[in-house]
Amino acid sequence: MFTSFEDLWVHLADNYIVVVSIILFGVGFTTLLFSRNLLKKVVGLNIMDTGVYLLLVSMGFIDGRHAPIIANGVTDTAHYINPIPSGLVLTGIVVSVSVTAIMLSLIVRLYEKYHSLNLDVIYELRNKEEHV
Amino acid sequence: MLREIFLLLLLAGLIFCAVATAVSRRLMRTVIIFMAYSLIMSVVWLLLEAPDLSITEAAVGAGVTGILFYLALRRIHQFDKDAADKENEPGERE
Amino acid sequence: MRKSFLQKLSAWYKGSYDFTLKTADHMDARMAHEYTGKEHKLREVERKELVFSGVLYNILCVLFCLIFIGVLLWSVLFLPPHGSPDNPAVNEVMERYVAAGMEETGAVNTVAGMILDYRAFDTLGESFVLFTAVCAVTILMNNTKESAADGTPIPMTVKPGIVEYSKDNIVRTVSRFLIPFIFVFGAYVLLNGHLSPGGGFSGGAILGSALILYAMVYGEDRAAAVFSERLIKTVVLISLSFYAIAKSYSFFTGANHLKSIISTGTPGRILSAGLILPLNIAVGIVVCCTMYSFYMYFRRGRIQ
Repeated sequence: MFTSFEDLWVHLADNYIVVVSIILFGVGFTTLLFSRNLLKKVVGLNIMDTGVYLLLVSMGFIDGRHAPIIANGVTDTAHYINPIPSGLVLTGIVVSVSVTAIMLSLIVRLYEKYHSLNLDVIYELRNKEEHV
Repeated sequence: MLREIFLLLLLAGLIFCAVATAVSRRLMRTVIIFMAYSLIMSVVWLLLEAPDLSITEAAVGAGVTGILFYLALRRIHQFDKDAADKENEPGERE
Repeated sequence: MRKSFLQKLSAWYKGSYDFTLKTADHMDARMAHEYTGKEHKLREVERKELVFSGVLYNILCVLFCLIFIGVLLWSVLFLPPHGSPDNPAVNEVMERYVAAGMEETGAVNTVAGMILDYRAFDTLGESFVLFTAVCAVTILMNNTKESAADGTPIPMTVKPGIVEYSKDNIVRTVSRFLIPFIFVFGAYVLLNGHLSPGGGFSGGAILGSALILYAMVYGEDRAAAVFSERLIKTVVLISLSFYAIAKSYSFFTGANHLKSIISTGTPGRILSAGLILPLNIAVGIVVCCTMYSFYMYFRRGRIQ
């Protein structure tokens, strides 16, 4: 469907919000996977979350239209953006906070026991514990 | 046009903050940069015509999540302090 | 004493040497940067870990990140253009919500009408997610586990931090003016959820952060005297049950084509939109109490 690289760049430049959301997702995912600090992993997961939300909301956005709050009784569909992604993301943001809270309390518990935030150190200490 | 330029600047700031959280070595800095990231995100929601999300993100993402991270760091610091106190207590050593 | 390259290599393999660092002092200085604690027995394990924290590891991470982003960017080529009204996401569901939403739900804010009327079941589930999160945090962070000989729990002693906000004059004075305004703003956002941006989630979070500021500045004891654990539990349970019962009635009448006694009212008035306003208040109370409980459990392991 794309005949030349110019087409590709034009398409990427048109969808710049999607590109940014993918970059955010990638950065967050890499932090989640490769950072050995547990707290940084949580921050990475949060950044990954926001990347997904940005993608969803950009799918609902339509150029030149307004937020879906009915003003002056105009219920014409061509006047408002898609409200569905906003609703979905609204619930998602609040769920991500509760997930963050649970993960942070787990991390505090782990630190209380092993006195380290480093995941590999915790693994090592656990292995030692099991062998003793 | 102005809106696009502003949005692009904010998106660049988002990417910068995301990378900065990944590479910063101090955890406190990571948390503060993450709060800044959430605030930028709330302005991006406003530009994407989602004001509901903007208010929620500003209150939840920048406010409550930041406080939770800060408190967790503080608890962790407290454990370290307790351990150090115990070590320095006379008579505890063998 | 200089090591040969092979010795260095074998030491690197065993984990006692890092090519990216010059001396052992550097290694210690680098470890001090991280929150590793003061446990000396961990030193050896962490020394081993440092082998993989070198430049090579970071380069591999960045490489993985770039490849991952590149693969995902390939999928952008198959996505519809951004901001076009012909996108597949703009379908008849969205048209129905926007065109008939105000008439059917009575809410001027279509998003509020959507999440609290058309898709209220989702929001009920989400309120329960928050409730479950509070339960999990309660179990994990509860600090009154150690009990005395007669079985009464010993409360954790909260040590003062570096900055004690309740002793700072500037913070106290500014907060005395700010907290009422934050409360009023939160209540406004909560009560106008069906008319303007906002609603249960954002209003509840703002109210919760006002409570957190109050607890931070005036001390947790004063906050706990007003908002006790018992009160929070009761209020959250009443809100959740009210939400479930009200929505059950709404689903019952809707599914059986009965006429609901709750009218949608005139759109634009504050007392309109049928069940959306009370449901918003219920959700807001749940979110507010959740945020406050998170703070209290993280701060001192109990609410009381």
